Amino acid sequence: MLATIGVSSIEALFADIPKSLRLTRPLALDAGRSELEVFEELRELADRNVSTEDELSFLGGGMYDHYVPALIDSIIERSEFLTPYTPYQPEISQGGLQAMFEYQTAISELTGLPVSNASVYEGPSAVAAAGYVAKAATGKRSTFVASRGVHPHAREALATLAHAWGMEVVEAPLRDGVTDLPELDDQVSAVIVQQPNFLGAVEDLAAASSAAKAVGALTICSCDPLTLALLRPPGDVGVDIAVGEGQTLGNRLDFGGPSFGFFAVTEALMRRIPGRIAGETRDLDGKRGFVLTLQTREQHIRREKATSNICTAQALNALAGVIYLSWLGPRGIVELAELMLQRTAYARERLQSIHGVHALHDQPVVREFALKLDAPVDHVIARCREQGVNPGYPLKAEYPELADGLLVAITEQRTRADIDRLADVLEASVSKQLEAYEEVKA
Amino acid sequence: MSWFTAAADDELTIYERSKPGRRAFAPPPLDVPERPVEELIPDALRRTEPPRLPEVSEPEIVRHYNRLSKRNFDLDTGFYPLGSCTMKHNPKLHERVAALPGHSRLHPLQDPRHAQGALELMWQLQEALAEVAGLPYVSLQPSAGSHGELAGVLLTRALHEDHGEERTKVLTPENAHGTNPATVTMAGYDLVKVATDASGNVDLDDLRSKANEEVACLMLTNPSTLGLFEHGIEEIERIVHGVGATLYYDGANLNAIMGISRPGDMGFDVVHFNLHKSFTQPHGGGGPGAGPIAVSERIEPYLPRPQVVRREHQGNGAEMGGGFVGGCYYDLDYDRPKSIGRLRGFQGNYGVFVRSYAYIRSLGAAGLREVSEVAVLNANYLLARLRREGVLEYLPEAYERLCMHEFVLSGAPMRNQLGIKTLDLAKRLLDFGVHPPTVYFPLIVDEALLVEPTETETKETLDRFAEIIAEILREAKDNPEVARHAPYTTPVRRLDEAAAARRPVLRQAM
Repeated sequence: MLATIGVSSIEALFADIPKSLRLTRPLALDAGRSELEVFEELRELADRNVSTEDELSFLGGGMYDHYVPALIDSIIERSEFLTPYTPYQPEISQGGLQAMFEYQTAISELTGLPVSNASVYEGPSAVAAAGYVAKAATGKRSTFVASRGVHPHAREALATLAHAWGMEVVEAPLRDGVTDLPELDDQVSAVIVQQPNFLGAVEDLAAASSAAKAVGALTICSCDPLTLALLRPPGDVGVDIAVGEGQTLGNRLDFGGPSFGFFAVTEALMRRIPGRIAGETRDLDGKRGFVLTLQTREQHIRREKATSNICTAQALNALAGVIYLSWLGPRGIVELAELMLQRTAYARERLQSIHGVHALHDQPVVREFALKLDAPVDHVIARCREQGVNPGYPLKAEYPELADGLLVAITEQRTRADIDRLADVLEASVSKQLEAYEEVKA
Repeated sequence: MSWFTAAADDELTIYERSKPGRRAFAPPPLDVPERPVEELIPDALRRTEPPRLPEVSEPEIVRHYNRLSKRNFDLDTGFYPLGSCTMKHNPKLHERVAALPGHSRLHPLQDPRHAQGALELMWQLQEALAEVAGLPYVSLQPSAGSHGELAGVLLTRALHEDHGEERTKVLTPENAHGTNPATVTMAGYDLVKVATDASGNVDLDDLRSKANEEVACLMLTNPSTLGLFEHGIEEIERIVHGVGATLYYDGANLNAIMGISRPGDMGFDVVHFNLHKSFTQPHGGGGPGAGPIAVSERIEPYLPRPQVVRREHQGNGAEMGGGFVGGCYYDLDYDRPKSIGRLRGFQGNYGVFVRSYAYIRSLGAAGLREVSEVAVLNANYLLARLRREGVLEYLPEAYERLCMHEFVLSGAPMRNQLGIKTLDLAKRLLDFGVHPPTVYFPLIVDEALLVEPTETETKETLDRFAEIIAEILREAKDNPEVARHAPYTTPVRRLDEAAAARRPVLRQAM
């Protein structure tokens, strides 16, 4: 090969790199290992994590331990879906493009908005991306109003970017667990709410969107797609942009990613949406086919005037999403959501009846609810975990005003027996902790 | 001649396969006392009709998506020399280890004390990427290359603001990836383009004339999008740092220099990695990826929150629940007062980190260097083979230099002499079972064709590709109409993209 090139050594191929910039030592990394050694190492690392298989977990807060049906793995592990690049050559990418089109349809149905893209990175950054759309769509305005019920990571991701845009994120407080919007003015670019909110409460989206409309602002709703089986679609109540975390649709937890973000908008915002979109068209012979479309929005065509810088998104995860939605179907998704609703109602009632445990709010909930403990939440969690139960997520780091708050999520994988066990363990832990506290006081 | 063994006809969509009453999912039984739904969710907040999703059985879903899969070309089936995308083999071990429940069923809000394996993996990956970049600190958080770019420019802003400076412009070469200029705008800066000189390098005089105190950053890809190493990188570094701006390294082309030369040693302040390019995360038909960044000492205070850190145990390790003597533990550090904040939820695309970490452990130091050596060897060999086939007469190199891991050809002479365009050549390649190179990028080369073979292809594959290109050119000499109307063997033929954009149909009509 070197002879064909006409050089004498591999090193000669790197002649353009100044000698002073060449690394004269090997990289300080371990030597390579065999496949079986690497497998063992990665298994050993996996064994040092406590997964939702290792404990009875009620963690939620944006990602949830839903069952991922077997057919998803069998399809998304296929090389034809796993290994291609973004479909730049549509003639040999019809599978991926058609799946995007199907996905867009399903997301559009769930959100009640006519235009969905083919995915963005994940939930919280999708909120920031929606802010970028609102900024461009509403002209020179200075603020975003984000509910304190929006996922803390999403509010922070938006603030990270808003700072660069010279904009401010103003927080709307929660009252009785739901958003209490302040007076809005014509400097507001968008009002941002979450459905259900971080504390599990179902928000009144119609109220938020009509307040936003009155000052010419957009309404952005970050929503959970599975609970949309039961809740009014954001598009039906005046929301302009519906985004959210897609993990609950057939994606694994993976310690937080990769999953996908969905992004759906009104007709009016169609040409401002970020990322890839598949559209239907015809080929030379008149046969139906699919292509990436409206590409004049995108960075590779529009460059500095693009509606986003996004390139690689989450196609494979979105594929898992549409397979999952097809698996559920229109009746199944409602049945699944109702099962969560009923078990969550049961769990909420059961846990709130424990001595030293109170409701943090009484708003309607679907899958998740917030409690307030009379005992220090960290100690209670530690005691529960000794019994193999992870009772939920402590709120205090992100909601200091809700110290000793606990967020509890109930997916379809948590049965009544599991909930009863949680109740027993939580009751024992809180009571032991209260006793210990009394002893210290005495 | 076709790769497509089935499903050559129009495919119905999953919605078109829907029949009322069919289903796949069976819910577990309701095991708690049932309460009226309207009691739990008031009417005003409740959906009245179920979302219209397909009504299909499991066998139909499986068959539908399997049939769709056969309408995709993929890397496991054939050569995929898509320039700037680094379509290298994705080792199968990685899927197996990423699926281990300890990784795949780990909740992102798990207490760090109970996610020590994951945090250690992330910390080790940070260390390895830092070493490859030649920069001391790494954040794994960005979700893809473009997200890493955004992080990098926001970090630059934070640095300057912290020093009380207000800068308004960011420079990018005119041949930059589209994500660079889009990032500049998204990060709140004005774009200034820098010209390319006659040999494909950044035009240093143009750079000098545009570099001033208003400039926050130069974003650069090196090797460039032309597949060329910047001759003047040392001078570029002096000019950019001379005006107090930062130097950003777009890692899309890192596959050319791993273990050979390091961006940090070239003077770059921030580097992004595309773990889905150099580090084998499968592309998934358009993601997922991951875009970690490595940064210099002076940028470190501004890195996104949280940062994965290793801490020493104090005493008996009470902070870990006790029982530890000596040693270290891994944690998430949120106490970063100068941080730009989060870019996304949780800790990043962990599943991607597992795969990339497995890759780095498999290859080790020598293996990573060999990757780049062979990637550059393969690219230069393919270029030489194309020359021997007489291809360069019609598709000359944009710049006559040794290339790095990829090279750019111009289809202008082919268009003028044979009457077929780069697009036609690309479409004809589909009939030969080869994924075409990147076409019409970089924009500064007329009828550009950007070819990146990667290190995982054999000499035989490269030889065959050169022969196929030569064959298509011979065919065009006889009859250019063949290429102009290609492809013929694919599930669909050329598609009307203009019509798709003019009258967008973006979802299934119901």
